Amino acid sequence: MRGRLVFAVLAIALGTLAGCGEKPNVTVYKQGTYQGKPDNLPWQSQPFNGNRADWDKAIDGRARKQNEYARIENQ
Amino acid sequence: MERMKFLCDAERCIECNGCVTACKQEHEIPWGVNRRRVVTLNDGLPGEKSISVACMHCSDAPCMAVCPVDCFYKTTEGVVLHDKDLCIGCGYCFYACPFGAPQFPQDGAFGLRGKMDKCTFCAGGPEQDHSPAEFRKYGRNRLAEGKLPACAEMCSTKALLGGDGDVVADIYRTRVLTRGKGSEVWGWGTAYAKPETQRPAPPQAQPQGKS
Repeated sequence: MRGRLVFAVLAIALGTLAGCGEKPNVTVYKQGTYQGKPDNLPWQSQPFNGNRADWDKAIDGRARKQNEYARIENQ
Repeated sequence: MERMKFLCDAERCIECNGCVTACKQEHEIPWGVNRRRVVTLNDGLPGEKSISVACMHCSDAPCMAVCPVDCFYKTTEGVVLHDKDLCIGCGYCFYACPFGAPQFPQDGAFGLRGKMDKCTFCAGGPEQDHSPAEFRKYGRNRLAEGKLPACAEMCSTKALLGGDGDVVADIYRTRVLTRGKGSEVWGWGTAYAKPETQRPAPPQAQPQGKS
């Protein structure tokens, strides 16, 4: 009888303690607002290290090279 | 400020699937996921045309509007990206997208649908630039390397153009004037006719130090 009582008390105590460790699983979403991780701007990391002018120049140069008419004229 | 856009010239596309292969190779895309694909219009009929289709990074992106967990954001260059850690794989974006761009890998038993995957305009995602985590989740970040998407740069006939909308439109205009036909641009009206989505800019990570 005493053993059962001790077991019951221990079980209740452990159950209560386990409940204390429960973390909230539901995220509260704010409608229409991105809530994910932040992202870098493309020129902030290597190889441009924050130099936006260089990045603009590189992207613009690559985009214009897609025009083969201009490439032929430049040769 | 650049406004990144794709443009596929149906007069030039020869359905070689080089863009599809370039994308698959660049980002190590798994089987069953096709960020880019080539679609043939009026297949087998005289005058059939082929076009390369992927996420067009719409100005007023319907996927952003319907996402129940708001995992989408738009970069300052107009590239529509999403956070895979937030995505619940519901598939709403797939139904909303006029281009069928969102892809869902079979992830686990019973055909369980995984987190959405789509073209990132080779701009990575919300992880540290050039990190293994970014590559694993979103693929290579070519834009941060000062390069344009692999599919456009790899296109042998330059049917697929990518880059700033003004530059790309200029190139296309020159072509149309030179050849005197084929001025219709497939998908541009659907993707870019509406004004830009007015949403608060996503938070920005701290710039990484020179290392």
